[in-house]
Amino acid sequence: MKIIYTDVLIVGGGLAGLRVATGVRERGHDAVILTLVPPKRSHSAAAQGGMQASLANCKMGEGDNEDVHFSDTIKGSDWGADQMVARMFTHCAPKAIRELAHWGVPWSRVNRGDHTSIINAKKVTITEKDEAHGLITARDFGGTKKWRTCYTSDGTGHSMLYAMDNKAHEDNVEIHERLEAISIIHENGRCCGAIARNLMSGELVAYVAKATTIATGGYGRIYSVSTNAIICQGMGQAIALETGVATLGNMEAIQFHPTAIVPVGILTTEGCRGDGGLLLDKDGYRFMPDYEPDKKELASRDVVSRRMTEHMRKGKGVKSRYGDHLWLDITILGREHIEKNLREVKEICENFLGIDPAVDWIPVRPTQHYSMGGIRTKYTGESQTLKGLYSCGEAACWDMHGFNRLGGNSVSETVVSGMLVAEYISDFLESSDSDISIETKNVEKFLKIEQDKIDALLTKEHGEDAYKLRRRMEEIMMEKVGIFRNGDDLKEAVTELEELLKRSKNIEVFRSKSRAANPALVNAYRTQKMIKVALTVAYGALLRTESRGAHSREDFPKRDDANWLKRTIMNWENESDTMPTVSYEEIPIDSMELPPGFRGYGKDLTQHHTDTKVRQEVVDKIKSELESKGANRFEIQNELMPFLDKLPKKYRATNERFGENV
Amino acid sequence: MSENRVLKISILRFDPHDPEDFPHMETFEIEEADGMTLFVALNEIREHHDNSLKFDFVCRAGICGSCSMLVNGRPTLACRTLTKKLDEHITLAPLPLFELIGDLSIYTGKWMRGLNERLETWIHDKENELQVDKLEEKMEPELADEIYELDRCVECGCCVAGCGTIQMKPDFVGAVGLNKVARYHLDPRDTRSDEEYYELIGDEDGVFGCMTLLGCEDVCPKDLPLQSKIAYLRRMMIKTALKN
Repeated sequence: MKIIYTDVLIVGGGLAGLRVATGVRERGHDAVILTLVPPKRSHSAAAQGGMQASLANCKMGEGDNEDVHFSDTIKGSDWGADQMVARMFTHCAPKAIRELAHWGVPWSRVNRGDHTSIINAKKVTITEKDEAHGLITARDFGGTKKWRTCYTSDGTGHSMLYAMDNKAHEDNVEIHERLEAISIIHENGRCCGAIARNLMSGELVAYVAKATTIATGGYGRIYSVSTNAIICQGMGQAIALETGVATLGNMEAIQFHPTAIVPVGILTTEGCRGDGGLLLDKDGYRFMPDYEPDKKELASRDVVSRRMTEHMRKGKGVKSRYGDHLWLDITILGREHIEKNLREVKEICENFLGIDPAVDWIPVRPTQHYSMGGIRTKYTGESQTLKGLYSCGEAACWDMHGFNRLGGNSVSETVVSGMLVAEYISDFLESSDSDISIETKNVEKFLKIEQDKIDALLTKEHGEDAYKLRRRMEEIMMEKVGIFRNGDDLKEAVTELEELLKRSKNIEVFRSKSRAANPALVNAYRTQKMIKVALTVAYGALLRTESRGAHSREDFPKRDDANWLKRTIMNWENESDTMPTVSYEEIPIDSMELPPGFRGYGKDLTQHHTDTKVRQEVVDKIKSELESKGANRFEIQNELMPFLDKLPKKYRATNERFGENV
Repeated sequence: MSENRVLKISILRFDPHDPEDFPHMETFEIEEADGMTLFVALNEIREHHDNSLKFDFVCRAGICGSCSMLVNGRPTLACRTLTKKLDEHITLAPLPLFELIGDLSIYTGKWMRGLNERLETWIHDKENELQVDKLEEKMEPELADEIYELDRCVECGCCVAGCGTIQMKPDFVGAVGLNKVARYHLDPRDTRSDEEYYELIGDEDGVFGCMTLLGCEDVCPKDLPLQSKIAYLRRMMIKTALKN
């Protein structure tokens, strides 16, 4: 048996995992990253649009600060987010972006003087200040009050990921490529590492570590059409769930992005609409102003996706052999803008649709895009129930997104949570609390269990075909756990998924029997895990009898704060169970900085909690008292919901901001 | 409507972990579908014809650079190759020069990591300490755009597979390496001197090894300006050499 010992094991080499690795390395700890693919090929690279950070450098970002970013994020989450975590995040986002600038990301910059932009289908001249020339600029994105989304032309995620991976090289982070974590080693409520399978040789390796971090991204591929890379299969969430100790939060919170191309589901960035692109129906009619007169195409993602679906249901979609779709029109932005700032979109249109987006409209429809749910953690990134297991980025439910994430907040979360969690892990490692004493024979037990499972898959006869089970799971998720949900469909989905799970215990790997590189074997064991993840999503959605953010129930259209201001917590108690066990975590109103309110889309259907009014009065009173005393925004914020003491000391200082304190 | 074509896809297959296997061509027939890419076609083969077929896709959107292979002998990204642009008989082979994992799957990660470590492709800045609370350093907007142009490389390895020089000099850094040096040289945040860059690539395995066949630029899926950057580096290196 091969055992590799390290201080910090990191599963996943995308932005979040790399940022944790460099952070713990700089504190003097060893780190090993396990990754399915070279880190530079992680799904983080696909984030075209940008990273939110309230720098307020560009003209349309003037007046922006942490408070505005915080309020946008909480409203976007439909009050499902952890407000303290969102505060920590908005405070650190400017630091993270400046750090990345230092490490080489060529952020697009403010250019002094006039430039034209398209706002609400009209050409507008914007004049940038002389003094801001050369600072990091930003573009508009949905659901934000200010232009806050910083970017590098059309390849933000790519540039960030390359800078981060290069930094990891510099810091001598060990990267074990094509190694897949397939189970977590744990005993007595303490995580001690993971069992990994080498995808080239098939060898099983035990990694023993004082802290283990899961940063494997989302679980979009449980749906048949998703914008996610094909490796985003929820394996991180699955192995955490399979410990029976760690829990998953809000798995039913799934975001659908309004504009993926039809039929292949590749994303065209929100930057298309942020820069002035329009959504049109089969008659070439711009329909969004009818539904959302204020925000129009730039309403929050969940809202735009629902409005598009509603409009198609009225017969206004464009018919195609792949089902109905709508049009995204960016021709009004002009060729020069498209070829510079939306080049990735242009390449995608040329290569996958054979069209020129400077001339032609793009066929789009809402498609699965982001997993707000994930491994439930404390604000430190540590699992609430399994000591020594950490998670961050999309893999985690940290929980700054609640039931709907804002565009531009995902890559931002990866690097911010990565830099913070690295510090908390380092503090943990430097305390005596981090000692582990697992015996090698116990490590071997975990390895043996995995070896036996693989043997069973390869030797079973007359078993089930993993591809068939997986395709059926994907269809169920698409048809019954989609943008609009209802009790009957969800009940059917849960029943059928449970049936698939039982059948998946009998999977046989047909013909392809190699123990080394073997895609059929990989598909077999991942399918077993994916069905479990799908069950947590469908079951959570069935039980949540309200509509909140991206979770929209036709039979329960109201947001029900009185009964549902809480997180869904899933755990898998016994290996032989065929259903997850569910519990709930209350989201306390009495400590909120921003008590629940109306997001400002459509009709206000909220059923308020009785505590909301009480808290709102307290908040109003504190604000008016302090304001009358001339207190500044930091002092008021600190009185409402102190958070700075939770941050690592090195990240507590006030951010310099152009136009505010510089 | 006209009938769909039947594609004959011939794949160079070999499993280095199987002592009895040897490299051989195997042909699969599948019905072409509307908008079919090689990503779709290969997955269909794996799911319905041979589940042991090995290949690498990640983003399947032409962004990540995982799926480079020889399509009818030419290095390119398979995911964004539409079958309708090809004849009905298609030949696929793994990129040469990289370690083979099996069939069309290659170990580019190891090669690229070695290159990045060798050329130290990160910002070298010993003078300015990072202060995350302070306003960022300013940069000319055009310069940021220029750096991004070169930063767009996806390390797919197509330029390496299309390089004549590397066939003879296995330690040659290739266009991918030279482009990276050009990228950092352009970046004022990297304080390495011309002499330090000369140490990295001022030899036969670096910029003077290139035989200027420029297959790299022909096959680069991101249309990077490799030719002009190699020429630029050469001039710069000669200047540095003469100066010393």
